[in-house]
Amino acid sequence: MRFEYAPAPESRSVVTLRDSYGLFIGGEFVGGSSVFKTISPATEEVLAEVTHGGPEDVDRAVAAARQAYERVWSVMPGRDRGKYLFRIARLIQERSRELAVLETLDNGKPIRESRDVDVPLTAAHFFYHAGWADKLGYAGFGPSPRPLGVVGQVIPWNFPLLMLAWKVAPALACGNTVVLKPAETTPLTALLFGEICQQADLPPGVVNIVTGDGSTGHALVAHPGIDKVAFTGSTEVGREIARMCAVSGKRLTLELGGKAANVVFDDAPVDQAVEGIVNGIFFNQGHVCCAGSRLLVQESVADEVLEALKRRMATLRLGDPLDKNTDVGAINSRAQLDKITDLVAAGDAEGAQRWAAPCPLPERGFWFPPTVFTEVSQAHRIAKEEIFGPVLSVLTFRTPAEAVEKANNTPYGLSAGVWTEKGSLILWMASRLRAGVVWANTFNRFDPASPFGGYKESGFGREGGRHGLEAYLDGPGGGDV
Amino acid sequence: MSHNGLMTPFQSDASLRRFLHGLPGVDEVGARARADVLASRSIKTDSKRQAIDLAISMIDLTTLEGQDTPGKVRALCAKARQPGYGAPPVAAVCIYPDLVPIAVEGVAGTGIKVASVATAFPSGRAALDVKLADVKSAVAAGADEVDMVIDRGAFLSGRYLPVYEEIVAVKASCADAHLKVILETGELGTLDNVRRASWLAMLAGADFIKTSTGKIAPAATLPVTLVMLEAVRDFAADGGRRIGVKPAGGIRTEKDAVRYLVLVNETAGEPWLDPALFRLGASSLLNDLLMQRVRMETGRYSGPDYMTVD
Repeated sequence: MRFEYAPAPESRSVVTLRDSYGLFIGGEFVGGSSVFKTISPATEEVLAEVTHGGPEDVDRAVAAARQAYERVWSVMPGRDRGKYLFRIARLIQERSRELAVLETLDNGKPIRESRDVDVPLTAAHFFYHAGWADKLGYAGFGPSPRPLGVVGQVIPWNFPLLMLAWKVAPALACGNTVVLKPAETTPLTALLFGEICQQADLPPGVVNIVTGDGSTGHALVAHPGIDKVAFTGSTEVGREIARMCAVSGKRLTLELGGKAANVVFDDAPVDQAVEGIVNGIFFNQGHVCCAGSRLLVQESVADEVLEALKRRMATLRLGDPLDKNTDVGAINSRAQLDKITDLVAAGDAEGAQRWAAPCPLPERGFWFPPTVFTEVSQAHRIAKEEIFGPVLSVLTFRTPAEAVEKANNTPYGLSAGVWTEKGSLILWMASRLRAGVVWANTFNRFDPASPFGGYKESGFGREGGRHGLEAYLDGPGGGDV
Repeated sequence: MSHNGLMTPFQSDASLRRFLHGLPGVDEVGARARADVLASRSIKTDSKRQAIDLAISMIDLTTLEGQDTPGKVRALCAKARQPGYGAPPVAAVCIYPDLVPIAVEGVAGTGIKVASVATAFPSGRAALDVKLADVKSAVAAGADEVDMVIDRGAFLSGRYLPVYEEIVAVKASCADAHLKVILETGELGTLDNVRRASWLAMLAGADFIKTSTGKIAPAATLPVTLVMLEAVRDFAADGGRRIGVKPAGGIRTEKDAVRYLVLVNETAGEPWLDPALFRLGASSLLNDLLMQRVRMETGRYSGPDYMTVD
């Protein structure tokens, strides 16, 4: 019998969208030089007008952050900073439904992900770092490590609120103040976070949020009043930021692109490995820097795994991101859809075999079906370049040594996955894979206690865990460039 | 490898063990995570209506108590035939062997099956000839389906061949009756064992694999049922027959039942969304389904006092 699921949309009414949003500077929402529109990528409907922060707005924000740093935040006892962070964490939990719906509207990701992953992890990051605020002397960076000052943070559109948490929570816990620039296409949850800061009575200027495009980010990174830059985004922009920060005295951490290998051995738990492959590349429409975009499967089980993968992909539910049963949402922007389409065309042209899940695409909005390329070689562009979309390239290997060689054969090194029932092989692989995170029999699992970051062109510095604190403290190895 | 080849009896414990231990492992964390995601599906309006009636039509309405009497079984059969409130009849009634004649009379002419537990249910601790006599008496009395239990002691000590041979012998004693093999997953300890026991039962000739007797906690769970659904899916895809799955025990609410249907839908798929291939072993579940059904129709909860206790 056919069992269709009736539409089960989460209610939009839990969020009150304003017509226009200002910049969050010095604890207030203020106007700026010009405005731009943010749309829902699922419908192309305009959600709100957002202020574009120009250089003078960045100036004001940095000045507010400096003042808050010097007069309030850096001199406040850690346990009091912790209280604010705990308060913010609880407010995020209280307003979780609102945040999840807004994230889904602005980003296009399924409500199931924003509800079950993004928002709970965001709260968890604040709770975790709230706990560190009065224990920094025990973090291994000396008896009383000092904050750095004002931090400029530029974050991407794939996990707007979660990336905010990864940046803001450790910075604040360590006693820094921040000026945050959210991504151009996804500013709304950051602005709602500004409201949460007000609700938490966070001292004005500790958190400042300046929305805008690349030029706003440029103005922030180049600003002389910034002591540290933290960036998550593309390797291309990361390179430019590294150049801008060179010999400026600014500390820098970068979390950039990836082309992660998800390695499946012939003794893997097949059903869970297939889930892990799906979760690795189709989670968040593949808009994940650590996505398992290269499946390396042992040749002896390649056919079996691929068949199971296609069967599983055929059950993926693509569509309205607000529907609670949607597994795959919208591509975040027209520009990203074009980039994915280009790379997929290159895959076709270079002779790889394309298969897409048979799911109908909505007429409006930006959509791409979950796609697998087989007969891919290491030389193909789709095997080398980050697609940042729901597109998986499948390669095979014969021996563990070959798997390591192929997995490491990339300029990136952010994450990797290993699937085998053999514990010793997991350890053998993990010690040889050049990746910041190696997942064993799972993929795309995050925890605030676990450091995250890359090797090689995937960036440097760690976020999360004790290691992540180092990037926001004036101690040895703080990432000077 | 086709299962026609595998259907030939295994020669030794060792060869059977090699096969069963060669099946892909089950990562418990991953299996639980998958079951959790599927449990979070939101089934509303029309699909909920459809799911409720489908679930009712898949119920093996069960009473397996020492205190069961002919009167109790007659009442159960009446409820099975006419659950009330316009709901369809259930799939089967499930009772002890001595009550089969009462149940046969109670559901005569309705298409509802009579399922009898057998093989020294629930422990399965008796000599093989006693178990087979148990099966034969149930079948002779008119049982359409036999729910046997496997020898968990033998299974857990790695003596797979006696377990296999016992299922083969029971199947032979079933004549035309369908054989459901209860794995008693609550005693098997790991999902790897659940997968192995599922394959063992399918290879030995089971028509259905069933989670539990209902006498051991935990009884049916979503992760266990997920693994069993994967097993029947793979067995069929590998050239074998389509084997049914029956979670039993602990399924009490409409929400529970719908979660199982979602699991079936997204694991084994449409062919299994049929009482011929999926059953829910339950007793109190039916009333909750009826209550939800009434609510869908009237927009109001009627309350448990309006549902007959049979």
